[in-house]
Amino acid sequence: MASAPDNDKPRRLALISSKGTLDWAYPPFILASAAAAMDWEVAIFFTFFGLPLLKKDLDPKVSPLGNPAMPMKMPFGPEGFQQINWPMPNILMANMPGFESVATGLMKKMFKNKGVATIDELREACVDMDVRLIGCQMTMDVFGFSREDFIDAAEIGGAATFLAYAADADVSLFI
Amino acid sequence: MIMAEFNIKHTLDCSGLLCPMPVVKTKKTIQTMEIGEILEMIATDPGAMPDMEAWAKQTRHELLESRDEGGKYRFFIKKTH
Repeated sequence: MASAPDNDKPRRLALISSKGTLDWAYPPFILASAAAAMDWEVAIFFTFFGLPLLKKDLDPKVSPLGNPAMPMKMPFGPEGFQQINWPMPNILMANMPGFESVATGLMKKMFKNKGVATIDELREACVDMDVRLIGCQMTMDVFGFSREDFIDAAEIGGAATFLAYAADADVSLFI
Repeated sequence: MIMAEFNIKHTLDCSGLLCPMPVVKTKKTIQTMEIGEILEMIATDPGAMPDMEAWAKQTRHELLESRDEGGKYRFFIKKTH
């Protein structure tokens, strides 16, 4: 809606979301909603492991593996206890059953305590503000998704669709 | 210090919310307002100070004043278009 008063073309942001874990789901949705709030045009192209972020039942998990710098903090207990950085060796995380869901639960709780919006809320804000959410057709074919798996607001396209949009973008980011 | 008094028509409380929700909610509220009306927005995230300045610059709504009240930040925004 309301663009700048002097009919300048609005700025444009083109994002590629390629990773579907909880931690990697945040940056595209945060940037997209902030840009849309500034009256920018925004599109996110969801490809490879980013594609499930368009699913109706959104349930991203955090993978502690491959995140060696990830601080593990407890979202409960006295403040001193909450400030402790728990060392989490990869060998332990790789072998302990259920560790992923524990880490996901801890991160979600910590985010909630601190006042971070959920991925659902941010995605809804993006839909509200007319952010274009483009699902990658090729990824759908490879992983066996169908149109019905995704939210109604999603559109389906390929690399050419994204590039045609990004060609006129002021900011383009691969996430 | 004498602070300006504004004719506030709308108030939005973003206390406890982190980036990007204060700017997202500000935009949504501005959309419902008439041109010339003033919004008072309250936030507790220190990041809201630089973010609201950037937001106003991009959207060209007028940030009349930002107040740092120690842990609480108060913004007065005039809808310009």
